[in-house]
Amino acid sequence: MAKRDRLSGNEAIAIALRQINPDVFPAFPITPSTEIPQYFASFVANGQVDTEFIPVESEHSSMSAAIGASAAGARSLTATSSCGLAYMWEELYIAASNRLPLALALVNRALSGPININCDHSDSMGARDAGWIQIYAENNQEAYDNMVQAYRIAEHESVRLPIMICQDGFITSHAVENMELLEDEEVKKFVGEYQPENYLLNPECPMAVGPYSITDYYMEAKRSQAEGMRHVEEVVLNVAEEFAGISGREYGLFEAYRMEDAEYAVVMIGSAAGTTKDAIDKLREQGEKVGLLKIRLYRPFPAEAIAQALKGVKAVAVMDRAEGYTNHGGPLGADVMAALYRARSQALAVNYIYGLGGRDVRVEDMEGIFATLKQIAADGDAGETYRYLGIRE
Amino acid sequence: MSYNFKETMSKPERLAPGHRMCAGCGGTIAVRNVLRGLHEGDKAVIGNATGCLEVSTFTYPYTAWEDSYIHNAFENAGATLSGVEGAYRALKRKGKLDETYKFITFGGDGGTYDIGFQSLSGAMERNTDMVYVCYDNGAYMNTGIQRSSATPMYADTTTTPVGSVSNGKPQNRKDLAAIIAAHDVPYVAQTTFIGNFKDLHVKSEKAIYTPGAAFLNIMAPCPRGWRYNTPDIMEICKLGVETCYWPLFEVEEGKWILNYEPKKKLPIEDFLKPQGRFKHLFKKGNEYLIEEFQKEVDRRWEELQFRCSRG
Repeated sequence: MAKRDRLSGNEAIAIALRQINPDVFPAFPITPSTEIPQYFASFVANGQVDTEFIPVESEHSSMSAAIGASAAGARSLTATSSCGLAYMWEELYIAASNRLPLALALVNRALSGPININCDHSDSMGARDAGWIQIYAENNQEAYDNMVQAYRIAEHESVRLPIMICQDGFITSHAVENMELLEDEEVKKFVGEYQPENYLLNPECPMAVGPYSITDYYMEAKRSQAEGMRHVEEVVLNVAEEFAGISGREYGLFEAYRMEDAEYAVVMIGSAAGTTKDAIDKLREQGEKVGLLKIRLYRPFPAEAIAQALKGVKAVAVMDRAEGYTNHGGPLGADVMAALYRARSQALAVNYIYGLGGRDVRVEDMEGIFATLKQIAADGDAGETYRYLGIRE
Repeated sequence: MSYNFKETMSKPERLAPGHRMCAGCGGTIAVRNVLRGLHEGDKAVIGNATGCLEVSTFTYPYTAWEDSYIHNAFENAGATLSGVEGAYRALKRKGKLDETYKFITFGGDGGTYDIGFQSLSGAMERNTDMVYVCYDNGAYMNTGIQRSSATPMYADTTTTPVGSVSNGKPQNRKDLAAIIAAHDVPYVAQTTFIGNFKDLHVKSEKAIYTPGAAFLNIMAPCPRGWRYNTPDIMEICKLGVETCYWPLFEVEEGKWILNYEPKKKLPIEDFLKPQGRFKHLFKKGNEYLIEEFQKEVDRRWEELQFRCSRG
């Protein structure tokens, strides 16, 4: 029985966590994710959860403690943003290599400098190769739903990898939206008890975690992580199907919005997808064949499915809310273009850098991009493929 | 606490032989003796900062640790064990675990005084129920004898080399035991390898079984870095204590206790002389450096005596 409520994205995540009732939650505040541990601390203070909440002295320590807790056999997580994630960078790799299925509620924010507290994806894009599963949300509802599904994916015996549940700083973390919450019992039942196979606090069998591994084993360790990643797509889809059964809300690896006969498509991640949908609806009314492919699962990258979904598209704009400093585009651009290349796609593709440091994206901006795509297709030439949206030159 | 040397030394080893630490390594002696402080039957999770100890005792696929063990990174042994201890509390609260576990983490002075200082400070300030053991050999030995904030003044290290215009490390060492005591934790002690190891054993047991955060600072000589005759480790430690370079003390619930006062305080030369890292101090014309060193030892010793006299 779903409950309707008006919540910010941070509050929605905190409520999902209360319903999950994890074992250990170490945290250090950073805007705009601070409210997540704040709300959660009040749940602890009022006896609504029996989680061990550890208010540590830095993000490096919050991830370190989450790793220790997970290795010990507990369901653990932390929350952060921006520089907090950057400070954890080393630990992200260690969590993944130890095959620890812990969660990170990430509220995307620009990296310094200049220091900026608003949304872009430079923080999580910097962590894209760390061996974590990354799932992104367009709105508060998706952030909540993704959090509820997180441990089912991460802890799956064929996966056993850490998972990052991302949402856009302020745009969804602080904006209040109408949404539906599941009943506490439904979530508890859906997530289930954590039953680790090997862990430090197993009285039957001690365990050693975090070895020194030289050239004779290191590569196999990395390959084993990649093996876990290979199973993620299937697990994500299975968990989503089960989740649809209790929530009525359907999720996939990505959302294809009005893509059936689309000739011009935008590929993007996060909240700006909502703006793009508005532009699409408006253009569709004018008879334009436009659509959106909104990435939900970014790591691992479902390249084949994405290329398949873009089949038949004449021109595509890949939108990156992070710079890559490659001189030819951002990380999503590189991934999507590689997917198109492998699929021998004939689509003309351009890559836009947009929305850095919270720069607003308007419906008209997206309409302009579709107009540009139409022109590119007519010209048969993509022109400059590395572009900026809404920059003052 | 009654102490029986033979009985204590006959306890089953919790750090198994066959690891790859150097012969005569002080770190290993520290670890084996701290672990003897655990009561038989009690389980433990051992944490470890990156360093010689980690890379030499847990080289995949072999581990020398009989207990559960976690190495995370260089600078976060304190936070990592905080998480493990948090998991223990949570699992106990949820009725998922019956057994009693103790939490002990080891770090060298690099992982403790320097890069891991913040993580250690946080774990201590939160009064995490764990013992943090620093095996202090006064330099970054794993990477090849670079100076640390635990390196004594004038020591010749690879980043404070003695040269035509350098007398080794210019600065004095950080007093970490006092800094941790200032965190107001229930138990802090400084010790080393003395006589029948009673001091180290008693302090280890006390640290392990004191509820809340405890910190042990153990002078653990490194024959490679200090350049003394390897078999002389016990003599070196004794000289450290008899010259008052490394006093034995405890801070229990804020009360400072001096555990040993030499009948006749030996001159610091006696401690410095057998060590190659201080060889340059004994060159003609460098007498003033030894005088400076002695002054610093005296100042600290008096400060400690004052603290302990106040109780």
